Amino acid sequence: MANKTECVAMLLAGGQGSRLGILTKNIAKPAVPYGGKYRIIDFPLSNCVNSGIYTVGVLTQYQPLELNDYIGNGEPWDLDRTQGGVHILSPYQQIKGSEWYKGTANAIYQNINFIDRYDPEYVLVLSGDHIYKMDYSKMISFHKEKQADCTIAMLEVPWEEASRFGLMLVNEDGSISEFEEKPKEPRSNKASMGVYVFTWEKLRRYLIEDENKKDSSNDFGKDVIPAMHSDGQRMFAYQFDGYWKDVGTIGSLWDANLDLLNPKIGLDLSDDSWRIYSRNPSLPPHYVAPAATVQSSMITEGCEIEGHVDFSVLFANVTIEKDALVQYSIIMPGAVIKKGAVVQYSIIAENTVVEENAVVGQCPEDTKPGDWGVAVVGESVRIGKGVHIKANTMTDKDVEPSTAG
Amino acid sequence: MRVNNVVGIIYSNSYDFALSELTSLRTMGSVPFGGRYRLIDFALSEMVNSGITKVGVITKSNYRSLMDHLGTGKPWDLARRMNGMFILPPFSNADSHRAYNNRIEALTGTLDFIRNSKEDYVVMCDCNVVCNIDFAKLFNAHLQTGADITIAYHHGKTPGVEPLTFEFDENGRINRAPYTVDNAEDSDYPLNIYVLRRSLLERLINEANSLNYTSFLCDVIGRNIERLKIYGYEATGFVRVVDSLQSYFDISLELLDKDNRKALFHPDRPVFTKVRDNEPAFYALGSSAVNSLVADGCKIYGTVENCILFMDVVIAKNAVVKNSIIMQDSYIGEGARAENVIFDKGVTLKPGKVLCGASDYPVCVGKNITV
Repeated sequence: MANKTECVAMLLAGGQGSRLGILTKNIAKPAVPYGGKYRIIDFPLSNCVNSGIYTVGVLTQYQPLELNDYIGNGEPWDLDRTQGGVHILSPYQQIKGSEWYKGTANAIYQNINFIDRYDPEYVLVLSGDHIYKMDYSKMISFHKEKQADCTIAMLEVPWEEASRFGLMLVNEDGSISEFEEKPKEPRSNKASMGVYVFTWEKLRRYLIEDENKKDSSNDFGKDVIPAMHSDGQRMFAYQFDGYWKDVGTIGSLWDANLDLLNPKIGLDLSDDSWRIYSRNPSLPPHYVAPAATVQSSMITEGCEIEGHVDFSVLFANVTIEKDALVQYSIIMPGAVIKKGAVVQYSIIAENTVVEENAVVGQCPEDTKPGDWGVAVVGESVRIGKGVHIKANTMTDKDVEPSTAG
Repeated sequence: MRVNNVVGIIYSNSYDFALSELTSLRTMGSVPFGGRYRLIDFALSEMVNSGITKVGVITKSNYRSLMDHLGTGKPWDLARRMNGMFILPPFSNADSHRAYNNRIEALTGTLDFIRNSKEDYVVMCDCNVVCNIDFAKLFNAHLQTGADITIAYHHGKTPGVEPLTFEFDENGRINRAPYTVDNAEDSDYPLNIYVLRRSLLERLINEANSLNYTSFLCDVIGRNIERLKIYGYEATGFVRVVDSLQSYFDISLELLDKDNRKALFHPDRPVFTKVRDNEPAFYALGSSAVNSLVADGCKIYGTVENCILFMDVVIAKNAVVKNSIIMQDSYIGEGARAENVIFDKGVTLKPGKVLCGASDYPVCVGKNITV
């Protein structure tokens, strides 16, 4: 048995992220590239390490190959450790049979043995689909101070958006009086961020109880937390101030990337005291050619820029050829935008080629009201010469000039 | 063929004097180059890319920054249980309380390392050569010719330090000892990259010591032309020798040429370096950057032309930087102007200041200086 560890983090990374469509065809949502050189999972992992939590279980299920490969031994996050470190936890076969993770709570339930090995006081449950920088150690101190059984991180969201979130009604002492899941008429604007601290002894008991309920959907939000609440366990809300974004949809993923270009947004990736770590390829600095122009954009290693880039985020090894125009777009690793092509309001996935004079995406002004949306081109797709791809579309197969509509 | 029967030896301090402005606080091996690298990265990457898993790095002085850069050798996959990277600081014994003064003494100090290695062959190189040679090909050429020693050379303008050349017969065997040439001329000049049997190296070091030799190239090679089969191996592609501040400046700016970059940063032979987890570079509205290499972490608000910007450099609003090499963490203040300069790490050019060198006489500003 391993030495006693105060807190073990369990990172739920098994979700498909179906609302990201073709971007998660071959990879799990936490492995989706973000911000020029990161993947979504870098944020919770870096937060853990920066908060002093060095034992992290990553629960994977959907398309785990890329994610497993990316996490590897955890070295980029200093999680290649003798004591603790990062562990990939996939569903496994047991004597009574084998089953997939049925829900978030069931995923933790199936790994009770893993957590017990570290005999922790607390378990931190995280999800792998949010972009934020947070000191979990402060939240754990709060949990201890309140002698809570469960602490849920919450964020005040604008009232008009509140109905999209799971909300909490909070008493003056910080304890939670009521939960509301995506209500039509919100009575609170305190939204749950999907970050939980549990006292392990309590959580363990509730997970086992929940597993024995036939009609349970084995979900934290729907089953375990309401059960704890109705039993009168000590539930507290921990207020977080700062940038937090759910990147569950194409629109929000695109927004969250472009947020990085806004210095006022409150997500500073250059802060030395809270670095976000990632697995880096070994590439030379990027090159901007004599005829290139770059405005309000982020560009990383290995890129070759000969064209024009405005308000965009470019990942590693992207090539923008002469007279190509890229605006308000996210270009993922290895993509090539050839001569004279125009890419606007789009997400271009890894290793995709946009051939000469092709046009991908449209400005909101150029579409009928209500028709606009980000255009997405999937991984390793070829968009033929002169082809036009409309706004609000997903393209995951090669488009030849003749077959274009 | 993978060359896992070869042990690598790298001299990190060779020719420090040629680049004294940048090596006063560091070794030649840890001189920053190309926006994110250190010169030793090229030699180390060439070795590991060809399959070498054991590398000794000989140090002499000022090697703190080098140790900091190399760490455990992890970026080069040299943090290993079997073999890996070995740092070989100066070895002084009871009767020599000083660091070595020449290559023979340096090798003598590392005899233990050489003797205790199990590999049959040794490849040795310096850090002042910027290239990306496939060492496996060099090693295969060595085996094919049946040479006792193979020396890599390059054809081009002879470097200023030790402007030496040699002559070959029709098979590539060297038949005339190294001799001095006018360094403005093109010649076949040696790159101080050698391949030979480990047992032979051991014997040659002992022999050199008893005969009081000081130079590996002039004495050990030069005096054994007849006795040993010494062959040349031509290294082609982007091969440059850093022999002065001017050449450092020129070679750096040569990377702005696409073909040179393609040759040096060959996708099959990546150049590895220590990772510094900084965010992508940011270009603000109203900034302008052309014909430049820009590393991650840079923030550009002003104008950049024909420059190499290392990591975390900030070019403030209305600042103009041209034909310059700006190393990491440097800051160019608002409205400041710099042309033909080399800024070492952490230099600050205060707002409104102007600093210009000439393209054939770049101005170098030392580490952490505020202008």
